[in-house]
Amino acid sequence: MFNTCIDPSSIEGFIWLICYLTTAKHFAFYFSFLVVLLLLIFAAPLSLLFGFIATAGVRSSIIPIRILAKGYIHMVRGIPDVVFFLFVPLALDQLFEFIRHKIICFEQSEPIWRGTDFVVCKAAKLPLSTADLWVHQLYAFILALIAFALVFGAFAGNVLSGAMSAVPKAQTETGMAFGFTKKQTFWRILVPQMWVYAIPGLSNLWMILIKATPLLFLLGVEDIVYWARELGGSKTSLYAYPHPDWRVYYFAGLLVFYLLMTWLSGKVLNRLQSKLSHGQATMAGRELQGYQG
Amino acid sequence: MKKILIAAVLAGLTFSSAFADTVRMGTEGAYMPYNGIDDNGKFIGFEIDLGDELCKRAKLDCTWVKNDWDSIIPNLKAGNYDTIIAGMSITEERMKEIDFTTNYTQPDPSKYLALSGGSVNVTSGVIAAQTGTIQASFIVESGATLVEFATPDETIAAVQNGEADAVLADKAFLEPYAKDSGGKLEFVGDSVLIGGGVGMGIRKSDTDLKNKFNAAINSMKADGSLNDLIKKWEIGELF
Amino acid sequence: MSNCWTTIQDYGLRSIGIGERILPKTDITICEQVVLIGSGLIWNIYFGIIAVFFGFWFALMLAIGKNNKLAIFRNPSNSFIFLFRGSPLFIQFFFVYELFVLLPKIGVTLDFGFLSFSLQTHWLTKAWLGGLFVLFCNTAAYSAEIFYGAIRSVPSTELEAAEAFGITGWHKFWRIIWPSMLRLAWPSYTNEAIFLFHATALIFFTGFPAWRQSGDALYYANYFSDRTFNPFLPYPIVAAYFILVTLIIISIFGFANRYLNRHLDVEQRTQIKLSINLLR
Repeated sequence: MFNTCIDPSSIEGFIWLICYLTTAKHFAFYFSFLVVLLLLIFAAPLSLLFGFIATAGVRSSIIPIRILAKGYIHMVRGIPDVVFFLFVPLALDQLFEFIRHKIICFEQSEPIWRGTDFVVCKAAKLPLSTADLWVHQLYAFILALIAFALVFGAFAGNVLSGAMSAVPKAQTETGMAFGFTKKQTFWRILVPQMWVYAIPGLSNLWMILIKATPLLFLLGVEDIVYWARELGGSKTSLYAYPHPDWRVYYFAGLLVFYLLMTWLSGKVLNRLQSKLSHGQATMAGRELQGYQG
Repeated sequence: MKKILIAAVLAGLTFSSAFADTVRMGTEGAYMPYNGIDDNGKFIGFEIDLGDELCKRAKLDCTWVKNDWDSIIPNLKAGNYDTIIAGMSITEERMKEIDFTTNYTQPDPSKYLALSGGSVNVTSGVIAAQTGTIQASFIVESGATLVEFATPDETIAAVQNGEADAVLADKAFLEPYAKDSGGKLEFVGDSVLIGGGVGMGIRKSDTDLKNKFNAAINSMKADGSLNDLIKKWEIGELF
Repeated sequence: MSNCWTTIQDYGLRSIGIGERILPKTDITICEQVVLIGSGLIWNIYFGIIAVFFGFWFALMLAIGKNNKLAIFRNPSNSFIFLFRGSPLFIQFFFVYELFVLLPKIGVTLDFGFLSFSLQTHWLTKAWLGGLFVLFCNTAAYSAEIFYGAIRSVPSTELEAAEAFGITGWHKFWRIIWPSMLRLAWPSYTNEAIFLFHATALIFFTGFPAWRQSGDALYYANYFSDRTFNPFLPYPIVAAYFILVTLIIISIFGFANRYLNRHLDVEQRTQIKLSINLLR
């Protein structure tokens, strides 16, 4: 980066450190913080969407859908999320390639599973083997994103369906009395009202999502944990910047990063919550008390 | 939606037939001098030089892919890349799962590296190794206590901080650490010869690719260019 | 079937070092997967039970500290809780492991008069102690927040009644606040226990090395997934084991919940419901 850094073996001390911290590898490390933030930004609305669909499913009058939706939102209670993260991207990748193979290479008669080899035709590969590195990284990121959305969608489903049941019964009954259909009651009464009850749970979910992002490391994405381990590991003189095992410092850095993230989020969410409940204190608050008696 | 899908699919088809021969080379990027990543984020090492030369000779368009060691065989089989070129020794056990090209290094003896001045019993002590390596299997069978780590440099760290009595790994990998340590680390015990040299791992269903690389490796052996690379990176015995 | 019986004998206790030394390598059967993954579950249960048991008492101390008017008691509690609740458990494992390997390797001898044993610091780099320590701190921080919330929600009428009878100080805490606090905290605490149990699956993926290939359920599932190249069997097996243990936890804690609520009218009793407040 700087001219002084051309021959790292000749420099030492503070300048050495500056040069070391500005290598291309370190910029990849700094960039990976952005990856984490991107994941958060995309995973949060996507999980909310999944959760909303699941919540609607729980209230469906079609029994198979109801069972499926209930199974989905309850599964996170029994199974550790890390199991999903190890399993879902792998399974999704093979599923996508399998489907593409069936559509694109339908004329090919050879089986996809040969022994334990999973072989799809070249054109069905996702991404294509000719694709650039960034396409592959993007694909890995998208798989990870889906895995996150699946797991946190189930949590969001828990929050939202709890919030929906917290909407006072009399509200929906009033809707019925006015001759609303079931669909109308759901969209016009339940959905607009549940958000107030869901905010505390969703704020919590956001904090949990932040704290789950290091699991990206298990999903084949070059995230901050990956780079902390890679950069912190001891380097021999085969490298330009040899150093002993420095992983403890890198992980300390990550710890501080996450503490800052949760601290900042906590501040923002607290303000949001107090603002919301401030507005509600007169109306919704009193109503709620009245109905719970 | 369907139309977009078909269009995308067709685009994919034409695209792939134009460059049908891109070969994705899977490596670990953490096992110098075999393979590593330099401070600019570029692949370096013996196998990178070797792989590029082999692709040139076999007239293949190659790209490099990094993958963690513990999932390197599953990802080959799942088709995420087409070859493993990551200092992987040819063993009977792995031959059941994947095919190997002919070896491009001589069988390299594995050695035990320990803190200097201690007395280490390599058949009953605590020995570190990377998960899923031939050395790890060897330690289990030797009667010593195996401590497994996911990456190679963690195994060295374990010896340096005294968590393990010694680490068992390829001699070429350990030598830079021994040299750099300024006498703090030393080789102990006898070298052990495990595995049949390092080769490229290739899916069993991909014999075509294997033959191409075999031809390329043999031509490099014949004209001595392979020996030059082995000398350059201090990998071990010459052919 | 008889074949599977020998597998159980060979690998049933493999995770704690009893039985066959060498793990199955080729021609892996479903039976071997079920038995070995089940054997790994011993570790998950060990981590879960010990961390919850000791974490409970530490959490209580932290919660009382956090509730104290004096800053010298309140601040350490708050910092500890913030540190462990504000950062991911995953990073805590990595960091603490790297920290522990830097500790000098010494033996500390503890002498209780009747019993003395030496404590080795290098044990801290092993999952059974180091990993447990992190889990213990983590669950203590999360539980402390629950207990603190519960202490604050103890009805003031109960406290006023106690004071009217002249019950004060520690007496007031143990006789009045403690039973109510426990009852109010219990549903949340149940969730904490469940998610702590799930978190035990992270230990062997975060720096703590496996010794003699003895690991937890997920360690073996990962082993099989890498060996057989088929993730569709071992991971569902782990999932099934975890669901089973979760159900057991729910029923044990539910039993305790009924006990804590036995004096109340049916309508006033607290129910255990999943809340995600406590996930890490």
